[in-house]
Amino acid sequence: MLGVHISDDELEVLITDLHDIYGYDFFDYSRASLRRRFERLYAMDKYLSVAELRYRIRTDTDYLKRVIEEITVNVTEMFRDPSFYKTLREDVLPHLSTHHFIRIWHAGASTGEEVYSMAIMLHEANLLHKSLIYATDINPSVLETARKGIFPLVKMKQYTENYIASGGQKDFSTYYAAKYGHAKFNEEFGKRVIFSTHNLVSDQTFNEFQLIVCRNVLIYFDKVLQDRVFKLFNDSLDTFGFLALGTKETLKFSTVIKEFKLLKSGEKIWRKTI
Amino acid sequence: MAQDNLEREIKLLVIGGSAGSLRVLVGALPHLRQAIKFAIVVVLHRKNTREDLLTEVLAPKTVLLVKEADEKEEILPGVIYLAPADYHLLIETDHTFSLDASEKINFSRPSIDTTIETAAYAYRDTLACLLLSGANTDGVAGMKIAKSQNALIAIQAPESAEMPTMPYGASISMVIDHVLEPGEMAEFINNLS
Repeated sequence: MLGVHISDDELEVLITDLHDIYGYDFFDYSRASLRRRFERLYAMDKYLSVAELRYRIRTDTDYLKRVIEEITVNVTEMFRDPSFYKTLREDVLPHLSTHHFIRIWHAGASTGEEVYSMAIMLHEANLLHKSLIYATDINPSVLETARKGIFPLVKMKQYTENYIASGGQKDFSTYYAAKYGHAKFNEEFGKRVIFSTHNLVSDQTFNEFQLIVCRNVLIYFDKVLQDRVFKLFNDSLDTFGFLALGTKETLKFSTVIKEFKLLKSGEKIWRKTI
Repeated sequence: MAQDNLEREIKLLVIGGSAGSLRVLVGALPHLRQAIKFAIVVVLHRKNTREDLLTEVLAPKTVLLVKEADEKEEILPGVIYLAPADYHLLIETDHTFSLDASEKINFSRPSIDTTIETAAYAYRDTLACLLLSGANTDGVAGMKIAKSQNALIAIQAPESAEMPTMPYGASISMVIDHVLEPGEMAEFINNLS
């Protein structure tokens, strides 16, 4: 970003402060992305020096929430990568339907767009009533947005196109009420979701799931942390459970890969075989 | 042309382009020699498609390996890496790639600025940048940072570009080391090293 370049040393100092003062562990995050996020925060909040940014972070506890929200990436959309959702719809949900009760973990749920996408698909497969989605994120503030199920109305054109491309056949607009430039999704969807903070770096497994969705989160982690998270997912999956990752993420090089089988070539969905 | 190129060692060439750039690239690729000693990263604006079409279009045109950049992948000489659709491609200081799915920058993801800027700090004066045809100015800000880190700066001659905005934007923002006609691209690249 034009304006400031945060040096390697300055970046390490900021990361160390977040850990030592607040317990947030960003040591195993990819540096180039983290640096850009801090530079973006620096520009948005109009700092004049890195020292000033550091002082604010160290001394202003209320500001921490904003720091965590801005240095992590929360960009998402409904039915993002429609072919992924088409595969979930056609090749994963039929397997899940055999369970009496379906538990799904959406890790890195951000503002919830993909969680509501999942709930809509479960509804259409007549599975929502016996499903529970655990939507977690490191950021409490994005989960607040997710809990409301209210998204900008201007996005609905794109989301409707994604929905149709994912194999959706209903009138998408029946799933939300449009008001004052916002689309509020029907409450039946949110009722089947538990929103909760969870830090993949430091928190443990908390249940067993038939499906774990974690897309475009692991790209920000280094390989060591990625592998630790894959183990956490492995420990949190039922036998024959599914793990879904982002378009450019892979389980291929992880130590748990031998316990999984790729569901379908070209899609980043693996099935646990042990 | 190759005079000052010989004096410096180039380890990475970043090529950025938008509308009108693909045909320039396709024209140059068949003439690249196999023994180039640096990596090439190509960042083109394109539609968000899952299919790896760009790799299929470019790979048959060159003897060099063409592949989409993977996250955490080590950047190796003699390979042409393509920025994947819908991700920003970042260069780490340890010369590996990172991917980033954050906000579009100037309506673009991948953003040419982002790749060049991160490459500038990771490679400094061993970086060369080449900005091709395009109807916006993505890449210009990144090139200014690359310039500040003593990278080699080249553009397609604006009057030769289908869409001159991008190379023209660079030309009025900094001193350009090389202004190239489409027919000169391959020779320029072959003479780097």
